[in-house]
Amino acid sequence: MKKIAIASGKGGTGKTFLSTNLAAWIAQKEAVTLLDLDAEAPNCHLFIKGERKSEAIQYKMIPHWDAQRCTLCGDCLSLCHFNALVKVQQEIMVFPQLCHSCYACSELCLEAALPMKKIPIGRITHIQNRNLAFFESRLNIGEEQAVPLISKTKKYAQNQSRSEITIYDCPPGTACPAVEAVKDAHLVILAAEPTPFGFHDFKLMMHLLNELQKPFAVVINKYGSGDSHLEDFCLERKIPIIAKIPHSRKIAENYARGKLALDTNQELTSEFDQIFHFIRQLKRDEE
Amino acid sequence: MKIAFTTKGTDWDAEIDPRFGRTEYLLLYDDETKTLQSIDNREINQKQHGAGPQTAQKITELDVQLLITGNGPGGNAAMVLEKAGVRILTGYANLSAKDAYQRFLSEK
Repeated sequence: MKKIAIASGKGGTGKTFLSTNLAAWIAQKEAVTLLDLDAEAPNCHLFIKGERKSEAIQYKMIPHWDAQRCTLCGDCLSLCHFNALVKVQQEIMVFPQLCHSCYACSELCLEAALPMKKIPIGRITHIQNRNLAFFESRLNIGEEQAVPLISKTKKYAQNQSRSEITIYDCPPGTACPAVEAVKDAHLVILAAEPTPFGFHDFKLMMHLLNELQKPFAVVINKYGSGDSHLEDFCLERKIPIIAKIPHSRKIAENYARGKLALDTNQELTSEFDQIFHFIRQLKRDEE
Repeated sequence: MKIAFTTKGTDWDAEIDPRFGRTEYLLLYDDETKTLQSIDNREINQKQHGAGPQTAQKITELDVQLLITGNGPGGNAAMVLEKAGVRILTGYANLSAKDAYQRFLSEK
């Protein structure tokens, strides 16, 4: 099984464009799984339609204060690394958005005054379109932590679907959600834009992936716009550029209409085929 | 009444720190005993999470009734302050604590 993460530093460089089209291209040949892990703003569903197979609400565990049992000793306050507990007068307040569900306060409370209870954080939806199994990770509005939901979505998909290739549409940026999304990937494909801003954020992502010791390749999107700094940099560092998607108004218009480029822009099929073959020749991981 | 100012320094001339949770100091004024006291809050920068509720807890422990600050506390910190019945006045950034207090008196 090969897990391929499509990521970027900058937003709007074409992660979803690449993920959905690549998944649809592979699905023409074999079974494939697509995970929309941009849980704060999932949008693959705009392009991937199919039969709704299942939907599962996801929860996280947080402590609930039991006023009857609590002696207000304050141990929980000093234990919490995330400052999710605050003592106000004769009361302990719990802030679910700050809690990382580590259980320390709950387990170590001598009075058992902080039992863990589950609260909903989001949902996972499984859509099936013939060869293509699509799982969407969607965080509830106002919920701050995407990381636990991203990890649950991966587990959920693994239990429901078997395919040789799994594609992750990752969250933008280089913060915890992006790290969580790429951390078990066998290959990261960076969707990059040949502009100064795109190049800058590409380098941030490159540093992150080097830190995580993740192999990565680049797809230059909107090729022909901006300048040649990104391409020169990749050639110099021998970073593989596995496809170039031209800067084209027609592609953008079709994308804005929610259409897959494979259906509307035949000239791109060779680019997606190149990416597919690059993935294919990766060493198999039998884990 | 005990009044807390979020400040960048330790006396009446200190500028109001517009930030709440990560304010450098808390300046406390008791308008009954006319005493001024400053609390160093800079250790908050060691904390990556939950600065707002932490500073709010500190204020409630100091038995403050009124908070004069800049941008104002976020949602979590506001819940703590509300629970403790602390009145919050925002929009005092860029003033010295002295001028902020004068403005508060004139608008009372």
